Amino acid sequence: MESILMAFKAIRSNKMRSFLTMLGIIIGVLSIVVLTAIGQGTNAEIIKNIEGMGTNLLSVTVRARRNNPVTLDSIQKMASSSDSVAYAAPILTSSGTVKANLIQYEDGSLIATTPGYEKIRGWTLRYGRFITNPDVDNRSFVAVLGQEASVELFGTVNSVGQTFTYKGYTFEVVGVLNEIGSTVIGSGDNLIIFPFTLGERLFNSRGISSFYVSATSADVIDDTQATVKNYMDRLISASTSSTTYTINNQSAMLEALNKSTRQLTLMLAGIAAISLLVGGIGIMNIMLVSVSERTREIGIRKAIGATRANILSQFLVEALTVSLLGGMIGLALSWFVCEFLQPVIGMTMVFSPSVALLAIGFSVGIGVIFGLYPANKASKLRPIEALRYE
Amino acid sequence: MITMNDIVKRYAIGGESIYALDHVSLTVGDGDYVAITGPSGSGKSTLMNIIGCLDVSDQGAYELNGRRIEKYSSRQLAHLRNREIGFIFQGFNLLQKLTALENVELPLIYQKVGRAERRRRAMEALQNVGLAERAQHKPTELSGGQQQRCAIARALVTEPTLILADEPTGNLDSRTGVEILNLFDELHQAGHTIVLITHDAGVAARAQRVIHIVDGKIWEGKPITDTVDRATAEEVNPDGIHPDGV
Repeated sequence: MESILMAFKAIRSNKMRSFLTMLGIIIGVLSIVVLTAIGQGTNAEIIKNIEGMGTNLLSVTVRARRNNPVTLDSIQKMASSSDSVAYAAPILTSSGTVKANLIQYEDGSLIATTPGYEKIRGWTLRYGRFITNPDVDNRSFVAVLGQEASVELFGTVNSVGQTFTYKGYTFEVVGVLNEIGSTVIGSGDNLIIFPFTLGERLFNSRGISSFYVSATSADVIDDTQATVKNYMDRLISASTSSTTYTINNQSAMLEALNKSTRQLTLMLAGIAAISLLVGGIGIMNIMLVSVSERTREIGIRKAIGATRANILSQFLVEALTVSLLGGMIGLALSWFVCEFLQPVIGMTMVFSPSVALLAIGFSVGIGVIFGLYPANKASKLRPIEALRYE
Repeated sequence: MITMNDIVKRYAIGGESIYALDHVSLTVGDGDYVAITGPSGSGKSTLMNIIGCLDVSDQGAYELNGRRIEKYSSRQLAHLRNREIGFIFQGFNLLQKLTALENVELPLIYQKVGRAERRRRAMEALQNVGLAERAQHKPTELSGGQQQRCAIARALVTEPTLILADEPTGNLDSRTGVEILNLFDELHQAGHTIVLITHDAGVAARAQRVIHIVDGKIWEGKPITDTVDRATAEEVNPDGIHPDGV
């Protein structure tokens, strides 16, 4: 208690120096907490995006030479074959230029699919309707647009009833999706969606090479995967072609991404830790200066009865006070940054108490480690020599 | 109080061993007022350091209040300095950042005396040296005499058995020096044991006993009575000016 008061007195009597020493720790803690917050924020954002795509999603890629046994029909049958399968939809993708009046739109993401895809992706319609089964059966020249595509082509969100051309064919817009937002795989609002059967012809792509399956819930995703695998194996063994396929599980992908962003966070924290270390060296430096400046004081204290332990604890507590105070100021600042700057710079930050605790613990550790050497040096001074020191 | 027997302290200077204290034996009784004098380099500072438990001898026996201290650890020596000895230095050696009161409290902190008790005893000690009204001033705001009185209060606050003063008037003008020496006389009369180190014969003359030290060897002068002591002091120093003009 007495030594804490003594430490505060020493810190106060040298305000500028104490502040600059503390600044090293402040910046160190600030950068650790804020960079970790950014790392964790990015992580959370990515996870949110992927979860937005659906954690109950399986994507199946099929490679077939001839006589592809996977047909629209078989996919439909698979969807109704098990309780764990909610929807299944094939998808073809392409890109190209679409035209409306004099406007050319080149950034569209062209896909062809069946009605189930709307449910699988969890999309909702702003205007009109999605692709229907009759559209697929009749190869109707209709399309559903993403909002960006609609605005680019027609200058309005509500373009239902308008027409555009692609590869010389004319299509009627029957629906516009609600805003999807951008995800890790790019903007979702530049979509131009055709009926699957029409897409086969438009994109020159025969048969199903890729389809999505959604589980009834994320919990039964493994069951769903087993069901799909089972179904596919039977389908392929009943056919004559040499067909292979792979199933991608969204939650497995999530795990992998999670792991890599965690590594990124660790790396950021590591870089920040270096600055804290530099701050610690600053403390050691200033404590060494302080010890030699106060040699006479140490001599006096020893002459009137201070033991080595007294002097050691005096200087150690001083170093600790500087580092702990710096740590707390840094923490307060980083909370401020996370709380108030986040909306300004538009970045997700997660201020986690465990990291805060760790940063404080780390700064205390720095104080002890870098304070110990100067304090020990001070405590070892011989009183007569210290008293003689000018 | 103090019994020194055959004390030897050597320093190695340029490969040569020099005797700072050459088989010194000395006794100081309870309530004695002893002055140790000698020219600079005579070994009086070394003797003081050993008496004050700031340093240990290479050889010989030193007994302080019945304790044989040659084998004491630095920790035990620190406790001894804290409780048994009150130091008064030439340069006052007050901590500049603390007030007079806080300076006086300092030895009590190392005795783990509680805050209120500490404050009370420190205030009392300052009162005894007539510095109570300057308690909240820092050393830089005090005159030399006041600083030395503050240092004396710090030495007395622990109620030590031995007061050890090293040139206590060395940094003071003669009038203030006399004031401080009068204070020593009072302390002596109150029963304190005082060992005073000085190179000033006038200052030494006020002590009961004078021990001369030259080249590490001691020559004891005859005990002088208090009255003669004062007379001698005035004779040597009739105008209150130090012989060496300090």
